[in-house]
Amino acid sequence: MITIDVNGTQHQVDIEPDTPLLWVLRDVIGLTGTKFGCGIAECGACTVHINGRAMRSCSVPIGVLDGATILTIEGLSSDASHPVQKAWVAEDVPQCGYCQSGQIMATVAFLKDFPNPTDADINANITNICRCGTYERLRRAIHRAADLMKA
Amino acid sequence: MSGHRNTVQAGKSNRQDAVAFTRRHFIIAGATAAGGLAVGIGMLPRAAKALTVAAKPWDGNASSPYDLDAWIAIEPDDSVLIRYARSEMGQGSMTALPMIVAEELQCDWSKVRVEYASPNRSVRENNVYGDMSSVGSHSVRDSRIKLQQVGASARERLIAAAAAQWNVPASECKAADSVVSHAASGRRINYGALASAAAQIKLAAEPAIKAPEHYTFIGKPQPRVDVPLKVNGAAQYAIDTRLPDMVYAAIAQCPVPGGTLASVDEAPLKNMPGIVQVVRLKDAVAVVATDTFWRAKQGLARLHPEWNVGAAGSTDSAQFVKEYRDAALSGTAAVARNDGDVDSALSASGAKTLTSLYEVPYLAHATMEPMNATVHWQGDRLDVWVGTQAADRALKVAAETAGLKPEQVYIHNTFVGGGFGRKSRNDEMVQAIEIAKAINRPVKLVWTREDDMRHDRFRPQAAISFKGALDANGRPTALYIRTAVGSILRSLRINKVENGIEPMAIEGLANNPYQIANTKVECALKNTHIPVAFWRSVGASQNAFAIESFIDEMAHAAGRDPYQFRRAMLGSRPDWIKVLDTVVENSNWGRSLGPGRAQGLAIHECYGTIVGEVAEITISPQGALKVDRITLAADSGHVVNPLGFAEQMEGGVIFALTAALYGKVTVKNGVPEQGNFDTYPMVRLAQAPKIDVHFAMTGGKKWGGAGEPGGAPTAAAVCNAIFALTGKRIRSLPIMDHDLSGSA
Ligand code: FES
Ligand code: FES
Repeated sequence: MITIDVNGTQHQVDIEPDTPLLWVLRDVIGLTGTKFGCGIAECGACTVHINGRAMRSCSVPIGVLDGATILTIEGLSSDASHPVQKAWVAEDVPQCGYCQSGQIMATVAFLKDFPNPTDADINANITNICRCGTYERLRRAIHRAADLMKA
Repeated sequence: MSGHRNTVQAGKSNRQDAVAFTRRHFIIAGATAAGGLAVGIGMLPRAAKALTVAAKPWDGNASSPYDLDAWIAIEPDDSVLIRYARSEMGQGSMTALPMIVAEELQCDWSKVRVEYASPNRSVRENNVYGDMSSVGSHSVRDSRIKLQQVGASARERLIAAAAAQWNVPASECKAADSVVSHAASGRRINYGALASAAAQIKLAAEPAIKAPEHYTFIGKPQPRVDVPLKVNGAAQYAIDTRLPDMVYAAIAQCPVPGGTLASVDEAPLKNMPGIVQVVRLKDAVAVVATDTFWRAKQGLARLHPEWNVGAAGSTDSAQFVKEYRDAALSGTAAVARNDGDVDSALSASGAKTLTSLYEVPYLAHATMEPMNATVHWQGDRLDVWVGTQAADRALKVAAETAGLKPEQVYIHNTFVGGGFGRKSRNDEMVQAIEIAKAINRPVKLVWTREDDMRHDRFRPQAAISFKGALDANGRPTALYIRTAVGSILRSLRINKVENGIEPMAIEGLANNPYQIANTKVECALKNTHIPVAFWRSVGASQNAFAIESFIDEMAHAAGRDPYQFRRAMLGSRPDWIKVLDTVVENSNWGRSLGPGRAQGLAIHECYGTIVGEVAEITISPQGALKVDRITLAADSGHVVNPLGFAEQMEGGVIFALTAALYGKVTVKNGVPEQGNFDTYPMVRLAQAPKIDVHFAMTGGKKWGGAGEPGGAPTAAAVCNAIFALTGKRIRSLPIMDHDLSGSA
């Protein structure tokens, strides 16, 4: 039995330890905002925060997470009021939207380390794939979110 | 069947309870599940309201007590529900199409909600929603007049209802901002108070619709209505479907397309907990597990199915490359265009001639959401949750697969996590229905990324040969083109293409607008066992690369500036000239960018929209290519939502740039080799150029598409820049296969 805290709620999960966190979140707990895109840590669609760090949940087995604190897109805010979410809306970023939970979670963690990001910082650290090609607006939204967080 | 169970403690999460409640609600109300996701227009407060609607989607009849008709419902609080009969996969038509209705309805846009129209209702109500597909960038182009009519008719009925109530002539009443008013008496009444009376009114004649010059709302940029649901995990994709008692399926399909399952030994699964069943399909085997997709996938990995692959199992890419090349250079082909006398012009004395062969590989769609479908089959009723670009077609296919009548089938279209042409054929849905039939439980089938990439219906491989001639003054006198390419229509069994000419194959080649007196275009259709289909930009995805690169070659051979060379051949096309001039002006075409940098130009028209692009690139001494900027100008005639249109241009450029830089699916022993993003790389933020979109709209009768055209010229613009910088002509994609080191 593994105990994890997801968005402030304790969950006890009884499942094979090699099961990736992604499938525990989606199929067992029922939080489907975190997406499956590749399963091999390449795309970032499954990004969540584990103990405050952005991780690709498709490649983190549940067995190593006993006692961990997990934040998913559903737990970021109750009303889409997080500055990153606001910036995403203001810049009209999402197209199909499927990658965007991961993009947002990656950005939230990134801005903690880079409160004044340059484009080079963004390029080096936000490596999630967006097949719809929303990068133009995504980049603008990251800068806008950084500004909002300072305001 | 195993009794394995997982314990999950919902703890104190309200969200969990809410989800559980929704599921129960679905079951109770679920006798008639159908219809749509509802989303709110406007910013966050609105979205929060809309979410309460979205939390119980798929309402059975997809009708409302406040229906004015199948398209519009107006509630007593004045909120307007507009039903949307296409598929939102990121291209923005869930915003653009309701805007068209609102233009005529004269309603307050902040009071509008949008909901998916029900394909089942369409079946029951005499095809009321018509063609429900989102393909070929046609949603706006094919729906505009109809949706204007829908809005205008509703407005006139609201006016008629008010006029009757006031006992005044309808002609004295006016509708604006969700209010009907009568100027002479100063009376006003809200739409919400008129809806039930308006629903009863039959107009003697349908009202005329507005001409574009009278639009007051269409053409004004609007934020996309689905965005608020896509920043907090609320948007429901097919893969997010959860049903009570649902089980999970993973599938292994014959690795060689067209092959069949020979045998599979189930013994390795004997003691594995949580496995429900192994299901054999004609060309695949599925493993069904109780609690997670992961378990199903792990179970599947233990199986070693045997396949019948036939002769296709010994083919490979080297062979295909040779076959397409041969077909482009020799043998017979159908003639799609023949102006003047190309042969004489090519052999005329004094003519300067050039020949080239351009080649492109198969490409995968790689939509971000892999193929998946959830099916609930209850004997006389079939419910399917699937991301589809054609819900009406999916309904027919589902009914045929299940042996049910169309009215017994409910397709619950969801937000689609990328389409790009892949999700107009729902192969995954057919499999999921067959699995559901075998196990008699609600089941969710998910393809892994590897399944999705290797069992795609690919962008066709092609070889395109060119011959050109210039006279002594550098003026073009002849252009000969032959394309050898896979037939999409034959592969999809839509059409046999008896005359050997497929519109997609010659798109942009046969109808190129350059005035060259002797022009001949030939088409050699040739398929392999690899299935091919529509892929964003379709024929233009390879043809624009080829023809715009060759035109660049001719310009350089003529010693002319590539912009001036093109412009001089466009005498009959002021719209092309406008696009060309706009992109050149905004890109500062021709200025020197300093060492290691250069510009390239390309222009193309497809799906009714002309797009011109200037690429600015840098190549390092080590040969690393970076596309720094794409300046883009577009003419679609008119545009409904300029914001959404610009986003489609940007997205189209990135999609095409990924293909140009990295895209290739190769075949070995009949099997597509690339399976995931490690071997089929994508442009990410670090590679994404700055993209500047400029409008060069020419109005008139033209309503061009948005989804397909943006990326058409990108590969050629980049490759023409590479030539300008290095003198190296890229004649095959992807660019990553070429060594650019030491050339800049
Ligand atoms: S699904 Fe985890 S990185 Fe792609
Ligand atoms: S918005 Fe579609 S993949 Fe990013």
